[in-house]
Amino acid sequence: MLNYTLRRLMFAVPTLLVISFIIFALLDLAPNDPTGNLPLTIPPEVREQIRQTLGLGEPFHIRYLYWLNQFFINEPLNIIERIFGIEIGNSSERLRIRSWATRSPVVDLIIERMPQTLWVVGMSYVVGILIAIPVGIISAYKQYSWFDQIGTFVSMVGFSVPTFFTGVVLIVIFSVQLQWFPSIYDTTLKVTDWSSFWAQVRQMVLPVTVLALYNAAQLSRFVRASMLDNLNQDYVRTARAKGMKERVVLLIHVLRNSLIPVVTVIALGIPTIFSGAIITEQIFRVNGLGQLLIIAIQGADIPLVQTLTFIFAVLIVLFNLIADLVYGILDPRIRYE
Amino acid sequence: MKKFTTFLTGTAAVLALGAASAQAERGSDGHLNILYWQAVSILNPFLSGGTKDVEGASMVIEPLAKYDEAGNMVPALVDEIPTVENGGVSEDLKSITWKITEGLLWSDGTPFTANDVAFTAEYCMHPDGGCQQIAKFTDVESVEVVDDLTVKVNFSVPKPFPYGPFVGAESPIIQKAQFENCTGPRAPECTEQNFGPHGTGAFRVTEFRANDVVSFEANPHFRDAAKPAFATATLKGGGDAASAARSILETGEFDYAWNLQVEPEILNQMAAAGRGVVVSSFGTSVERLELNWTDPSPDKGAIRSTIEAGPHPFLSDPAVRKALSISIDRELLVEAGYGASGQATCNILPAPELYASTAVNWCLEYDVEEANRLLDEAGWERGGDGIRAKDGVRLSILYQTSTNSVRQATQALVKDMWQQIGIETELRNIDAAVFFGGDPASPDTFQKFYADVEMYTNNFPGTDPERYMAGWLCSDIPSPANGWLGANMPRFCSEEYDALVGQMAETAELEARGELAKKMNDILSNEGALIPLIHRGDVSAHSVTLEGVRMNSWDSELWNVADWTRAQ
Repeated sequence: MLNYTLRRLMFAVPTLLVISFIIFALLDLAPNDPTGNLPLTIPPEVREQIRQTLGLGEPFHIRYLYWLNQFFINEPLNIIERIFGIEIGNSSERLRIRSWATRSPVVDLIIERMPQTLWVVGMSYVVGILIAIPVGIISAYKQYSWFDQIGTFVSMVGFSVPTFFTGVVLIVIFSVQLQWFPSIYDTTLKVTDWSSFWAQVRQMVLPVTVLALYNAAQLSRFVRASMLDNLNQDYVRTARAKGMKERVVLLIHVLRNSLIPVVTVIALGIPTIFSGAIITEQIFRVNGLGQLLIIAIQGADIPLVQTLTFIFAVLIVLFNLIADLVYGILDPRIRYE
Repeated sequence: MKKFTTFLTGTAAVLALGAASAQAERGSDGHLNILYWQAVSILNPFLSGGTKDVEGASMVIEPLAKYDEAGNMVPALVDEIPTVENGGVSEDLKSITWKITEGLLWSDGTPFTANDVAFTAEYCMHPDGGCQQIAKFTDVESVEVVDDLTVKVNFSVPKPFPYGPFVGAESPIIQKAQFENCTGPRAPECTEQNFGPHGTGAFRVTEFRANDVVSFEANPHFRDAAKPAFATATLKGGGDAASAARSILETGEFDYAWNLQVEPEILNQMAAAGRGVVVSSFGTSVERLELNWTDPSPDKGAIRSTIEAGPHPFLSDPAVRKALSISIDRELLVEAGYGASGQATCNILPAPELYASTAVNWCLEYDVEEANRLLDEAGWERGGDGIRAKDGVRLSILYQTSTNSVRQATQALVKDMWQQIGIETELRNIDAAVFFGGDPASPDTFQKFYADVEMYTNNFPGTDPERYMAGWLCSDIPSPANGWLGANMPRFCSEEYDALVGQMAETAELEARGELAKKMNDILSNEGALIPLIHRGDVSAHSVTLEGVRMNSWDSELWNVADWTRAQ
């Protein structure tokens, strides 16, 4: 297993380098311009100067090497310095990846955005899982019952109705009509006492609901299918023949075996938490990583887009590896040697 | 329009008076929630010319003089506006001297002096700083500190309108002590300064989250001890215009929302809830069709859409240009896409009043028959498919604009209207960042104009149109020789027009400047260099509980945030 892990990790390095090159080249070649969104009152000569100061005058390969150096050496050093409170070399002179729109280091922006994204998108993932597993189990055990029919219908709706629609519907009902929950997420809110905790819960309700519905819809179908596969296996009949209680058969024997593929699916989905939920974050103004990415794309803030997409790529590669390893641990029949 | 502005000014004045009497002390009205759906990225307008950034910064840093909602200059950090009459502007128009009000303090408690003003000019004019407002400092030779409270700007040429530097939200003063080590190439690295500039404005920054939210508190050193009425303020960003409108008009979560370019139907429906008020004001923005006077056909190769390619096969015919204009029902376009934020116009320079021509209004009359008659007369005959042609040239137009739902709706309507006079139209839309991006390698920029007609909005900062009108000089035609830079998109070239521009550069007297500007406007509109469609206003909304808003198109919309109060 260790051997296999090391081999996979080593293989990840060239993969990531290729990905970083593709991302960098694609964004660089795309017809876009950081001064494109400025008011037309700014004359073209000034725009040209702005482009020069952003470093667009340098040739492509030089900029790529700069970026690699900043991403793989400078920024990790900065993070280490920040965590341990030490100084390595001449840290104030070290070039950092800077966003063109805010002129601040990209990594700082990402760190600032982490909490709200992890809270809202992460929480919706957890809630989604908590809903999906019981719904999936019951749906499979009582296949074609009214519960299964309703579950199937709701997950079809959750899966096929886009979040920009459910989001707005929830706002119209709960913010405009009933005025129960705010429609705008306050990222500056700090939880210090019960009332601010309550405010935090209230502002999370709508975005978490929208995303959780979507996640639960997807996962519950997986759980159901996987449960159905196992329910017809011989070992289930054996367990029942041994006189096991139905509860034990279902929750111990069948569920554990059914969860193996589900856990992989969940692990593979974790990177999407970090990439945020672009649409839902926009609707509720959660302003997490998803919103950061979309603003950067719209404003042609290329260093920010490059860095964010590359971090997502790293997470995807990493969680693919983790999913494979977890699968091997959960199911001893699978060996990678 | 005139009536409307007067009405607006009147109401605002009444509101302001009412507010002044109601307000007792600084910070007594609690918290102010402002929503800019395009989030603020940085609070240094010299490093970002985006409107959202300029306006966000205007809560903190101020220029020496601002523009009020009627476009008049009002002193902010000075006692009076320098003019030739009061001796502030020299007789030869080559210098202007500002006298700073005594006793002004920065938000950190240190005194505001002429050194800060001079430093600001030095900061922006640094050749390696990439200052985005450098156009404000055009022709500035030097900025000298006469004494602590007097600063003199010297120009290299006579400036009939010397109010470029230090006037308006795009040219505020930054503190020397704070930005001293941030000049030139170091400018972008000063994140702390760029995110939290010290200012003289009503508020100061307590927390800045880029592209998300800015938190403010009342500036304890603000020059008026009774202002601002709000103790704290938030400037939130993100989302889109429609949901921003909803948060004011329907849920009432926010007090003020900026730039609500939403379909009028939706906006009116939301406003019916009665929680907020939609306000609009008109500056100089005009949505226009620019007609390509040169041949854009692809077989011209590298010289397509340049003077060398020769005149346009059919847009060079004045009858066609006129027919295109009068066959457009502008009122319908306003109704469909703009509502209260648009007015039909035939002028490219619709404001300020001093410069706005009233002579051209022939195009306001929507007249399909006349358009058809003009084309018949000029020999453009309908073919079997209903499309007109002459000598093998079909009236087939490629019509491009940026991607934006209102623009695409307008395009579809115009296509229909032109269909009725036997003109075929192919529509095209290009992502705004590409269209306006000006990348010389891209074939899709509005400067290259590889199409017959293109539509967009343009305006000019401040109130002086000289530079803007100079954009239609023969020498300003974009071409490969000048790297496709230049503002003369229609490739319009007229000796008469060029002479007027030259004359304006030498005229100081305001009335005479106004006359010249009007003449230029009339030439552009009558000749059909472009087809003005809609005079576009700015639309915002505020809660019914917020008083003192004086919607402004000439300066930041938040220009008088110090006077805003909460209704009792």
